[in-house]
Amino acid sequence: MTNRIDTRFSDLRAAGRPGLITFVTAGDPDPTLTVDVLHALVRHGADLLELGMPFSDPMADGPVIQQANERAIAKHVGLAHVLDSVRAFRVHDQATPIVLMGYLNPIERFGFERFVTEAAAAGADGMLLVDCPIEESGNYEATLKALDLKQIFLLAPTTPPERRRRIAAKASGFLYYVSFKGITGAGHLEQGSAVAALDELRGLSQVPIAVGFGIRDAQGAATLGAHAEAIVIGSALVERLAGAGDASAVDAAVASFLPRIRDALHAVRRV
Amino acid sequence: MQAQNKGVADRVDYAAYPDARGHFGPYGGSFVAETLMAPLAELAAAYEHYRVDPEFMAELARDRKHYVGRPTPIYHCERLSREVGGAQILLKREDLNHTGAHKINNTVGQGLLAKRMGKRRIIAETGAGQHGVASATIAARLGLECVVYMGAVDIERQAINVFRMKLLGATVVPVQSGSKTLKDALNEALRDWVTNVDHTFYMIGTVAGPHPYPKMVRDFNAIVGMEARQQMLDEYAKLPDAVVACVGGGSNAIGIFHHFLNDDGVAIYGVEAAGEGIESGRHAASLSAGVPGVLHGNRTYLIADADGQIIETHSVSAGLDYPGVGPEHAFLKDIGRANYVGITDDEALAAFHKLALTEGILGALESSHAVAYGIKLAASLPKDRHVLINLSGRGDKDVNTIARLEGISL
Repeated sequence: MTNRIDTRFSDLRAAGRPGLITFVTAGDPDPTLTVDVLHALVRHGADLLELGMPFSDPMADGPVIQQANERAIAKHVGLAHVLDSVRAFRVHDQATPIVLMGYLNPIERFGFERFVTEAAAAGADGMLLVDCPIEESGNYEATLKALDLKQIFLLAPTTPPERRRRIAAKASGFLYYVSFKGITGAGHLEQGSAVAALDELRGLSQVPIAVGFGIRDAQGAATLGAHAEAIVIGSALVERLAGAGDASAVDAAVASFLPRIRDALHAVRRV
Repeated sequence: MQAQNKGVADRVDYAAYPDARGHFGPYGGSFVAETLMAPLAELAAAYEHYRVDPEFMAELARDRKHYVGRPTPIYHCERLSREVGGAQILLKREDLNHTGAHKINNTVGQGLLAKRMGKRRIIAETGAGQHGVASATIAARLGLECVVYMGAVDIERQAINVFRMKLLGATVVPVQSGSKTLKDALNEALRDWVTNVDHTFYMIGTVAGPHPYPKMVRDFNAIVGMEARQQMLDEYAKLPDAVVACVGGGSNAIGIFHHFLNDDGVAIYGVEAAGEGIESGRHAASLSAGVPGVLHGNRTYLIADADGQIIETHSVSAGLDYPGVGPEHAFLKDIGRANYVGITDDEALAAFHKLALTEGILGALESSHAVAYGIKLAASLPKDRHVLINLSGRGDKDVNTIARLEGISL
């Protein structure tokens, strides 16, 4: 069976538009709502889902996602909940790819091999290990490959050309370009330089490139989306979900935000 | 002293660690997000260049002598040794350094490196404030901007050090995330670095963090053991039988251990904060009670819950209150070269008083953990043996804490 990430990106390519990737933290705003959140995101325009695995020390994340992690951990959300959520989501959605995103320590504590085996069986399609650069991922690559879980690597503005090539050589699923030097959700995205950087990445890899960090609205999504295969919305979404107390509030929060971004991306003709 | 009789077959050359990517066996490494990988490589390259640059090393040597006040002496605690009735107790007097602790050995080196690398802004994390003060001190001297991240909880506990940093011109930023303590300050400093990486130098205060920090901070602190080894040979015509140091992140300990690692006859003891006792769950003994994992850019022993979330630690001494430990200590533990033991809050306090009353030295509460274990160890050994304890800092900063614990209002 083809990996859902590959299928989704080839569909997007056929449609000639950039994809919309959404990031939320598992268990936030409440563990009873995780699956509702995922379905609402798909309903309102997400093409691919990133599900954050809570960690007490998320060093690459800004305050919004830090607080989402803290709320989830306060409600004892761990990897078992992540797996349960993926399984439950798959009952009604076989098509939308899910990438699990997080830090190594909780996964290693659970047991790396055990976790990724269960994640693949539950219906996850890729893993993004934030604090695991290519130098340290050697032990995991074969395991993930055997399970057909795509390992999503980050590229940053600081990544030098030679290193970009080494990362691209290992890439599968998609490459995630971090749009600026900083943490998730920060407010200093300069669209011009991000666009220039994305154009430089063309031809680096056969694998699609998604861009994220700091995209907050339809205009930003459209501007960067014209130069990438997908854009990622995280903090701006997590912020809006924070107060939702039930499934209908979740749906309303997503409905009031995501469709504008979806529509902007649907209007983009990739240049 | 089980560690001293290693067979020839399993002899390890400790000078060969870490490898080029910062691994000490399975520990260490660079577990950071991609944005920091190139800056870390740049730092590692700069460090590898300057550590063998004669001009850099000469400037470092001058600063150590004239600004830090090195070499620090080895002091024979005659009264204390007599009272204990066992081995001779010696102190390496790192409390006599400028700013009152070993921390400046590291910041004086990293400061010179920051300057060479053309960085104009220094950031640092601090728990008790000692590394923050040592960073602010060096930044002031070199004319660099200094921002210190400190947990909001620690800021309340360590008002004097916060004021010292401000007097030295540093900006102290309260960290409100997570448990609002040292580990969160480290996260926040990493977040600042990732944002301002072009002109900012991150001055990590212990032998943790991603490569090259565990190696670089060790090397800058290794002057302690290098001096101590030579002083032992010059003044006692022998090496110590045991070396003892407290371990939080582990920089003073690695500093004194490093040059003794290849000396098989020297037993090595790292003393962790057992807080209210390991079994109470309220401690900071990562090596004795933790499990291997990944935090703050390196693989090491950590105190975490069953979900892998890092949990709050406890120690009477803020400088040992850290849920991880330098990766080289994790390696030395597994390989059996160093023994890691625990000392409780109460034992450390008793040792603090004992040293004050027998030798007229107020040691830091952190160092008092090493003193407490050193006393125990000395008591078990004959009089012709020598136990060398790293007195990593002075205790003036702790007098308020001690008064409060003992119900005395100042």
